Amino acid sequence: MGAVLAIVSFGLPAWAALGGDIASVQADQLHMQGSLRATTAASYTVHEIQGATGAVVREYVSSAGKVFAVAWQGPWPPDMRQLLGSYFEQYRQAAKAQSRVRIGRRPLMIQQPGLVVQIGGHPRSFAGRAYVPEMLPSGVRVEEIQ
Amino acid sequence: MRSLRTFLVFAIFTAFAFLVGCGGSSSSSSSSSSSPPPQTIVSSGANVAPISVNSGAPGIGYVNGAFASVTVCIPGTSNCQTIDDVLVDTGSSGLRILSSALTLVLTQQDASDGNPVFECFPFVSSYTWGPVQTADVEMASEKASSTPIQVIGTNTTVPSGCLDFGLTSSDTLDTLGANGILGIGLFAQDCGSGCALPLGSNSQNPGLYYECPSSGCAEVVENTAQQVSNPVTLFATDNNGIIIELPAVSGGEPSVSGSLVFGIGTQSNNGLGGATVYTADTDGNFTTTYSGAAYSSSFIDSGSNGFFFLDSSTTGIPECSDQPDFYCPSSTTNISATNQGANGASGTVNFSVANADTLFANQADFVYGDLGGEYSGSPLAFDWGLPFFFGRNVFTAIQSTSYPNGYWAY
Repeated sequence: MGAVLAIVSFGLPAWAALGGDIASVQADQLHMQGSLRATTAASYTVHEIQGATGAVVREYVSSAGKVFAVAWQGPWPPDMRQLLGSYFEQYRQAAKAQSRVRIGRRPLMIQQPGLVVQIGGHPRSFAGRAYVPEMLPSGVRVEEIQ
Repeated sequence: MRSLRTFLVFAIFTAFAFLVGCGGSSSSSSSSSSSPPPQTIVSSGANVAPISVNSGAPGIGYVNGAFASVTVCIPGTSNCQTIDDVLVDTGSSGLRILSSALTLVLTQQDASDGNPVFECFPFVSSYTWGPVQTADVEMASEKASSTPIQVIGTNTTVPSGCLDFGLTSSDTLDTLGANGILGIGLFAQDCGSGCALPLGSNSQNPGLYYECPSSGCAEVVENTAQQVSNPVTLFATDNNGIIIELPAVSGGEPSVSGSLVFGIGTQSNNGLGGATVYTADTDGNFTTTYSGAAYSSSFIDSGSNGFFFLDSSTTGIPECSDQPDFYCPSSTTNISATNQGANGASGTVNFSVANADTLFANQADFVYGDLGGEYSGSPLAFDWGLPFFFGRNVFTAIQSTSYPNGYWAY
């Protein structure tokens, strides 16, 4: 767990896609109406959005203003196209390829050089995270993304 | 300020839950860690349907899947069809049948404006899309009249709201791995009250149901009575839950047989006996503690095909190099964890994880008691999949007045 330095409330929710720029995302705010809380750790800021349908999305933004990870939890999956942005298609293709490796239902794990997506749970309780390994600020452990 | 207050309330609640948790686990009255009584598997009865864990439908090669036959009928008629190789899934609610497996033409459910109702139902790595239709559902001597079910896979264009989950379509035998999914989990309907909420901006409705006139599909409000429903709740009797009874499995086996028993405490063959009741929380989860850490999003799910728990860095068990979603320890590893229900009842579970590559090397086997893998979701959890059911009768009780989120017992 990174040290919590500040808890700030904002009036308007902002939502950035994975790999996106935090400064350019105000236009996305309509998608997931809800309250926003930002928590600043040593080398990144977590923007937590509590959505209307009970979903919680956390975006991990580096000091350079880039979203290097997202995590989510809620009764149903989030809009992954919105959340993963330019990584959505890579995710979709990887998930499809993964499903053909061995038939059977289990948590989804995608580990590619440029993208990690992990999803678990069941209908009415989904949780997952996605990150771009090479975008993680130095010193940030994967365990901090949740 | 609202978000800060929410945070504080959450923090206080968490602290309280922790205190309650400690009280529960230190109370020996609700703790059961002694060796269980010998297992009895009921093999016949009006409320007993046979199930088999095997490779599934021809050509599938399913691993650790429990399958049943389900009969569906045009409501109120004796015009019926029995569908084999339907996956028994306590992790979801509602019957879903591949359209390619159905020769019967069931009754289409229409919205109030007369347009046909469809559904996009998400699972962890795949979704099912198709019309909501009504059938009488029969298993053993039980009958659920006029049950809303989902028929999977039709030529309708899948709406963008469904595609945006990024999940893989499972609308064929090859992609679903079964002719259908028999969801007989904790909940009475697949979605619940959320899908009955008004639509519109800032709506809390997840938008899983659609109405689909020829011009295209649009989200629709679906009342709970119309939602795809756990068929057990609509049985005339034995409708409060189920028991899955499967024998112990050591190593690998080609197949094992067992029973799906309907009702809990409704007949002489389905009493709780000495089983401990672990109630679920509102999300359908309970807490599993491993090595001193509590994982509060854990659950029991016959539809998961292994023990999926924590990750390599937490357990010290290596992933398989060729399939990182399974564990590949150099030798079979014993694990001990403690489950705790929302009611405070707790008990220890011991299980083993074998090298998945070694297990899968014997291509005649499709049943593995020691198959495990990383949960890998976030936060970490235990997904007690089908191997948990081997050698242990597991009760899944549907939500009720007494147990608003249902319970598991074993």
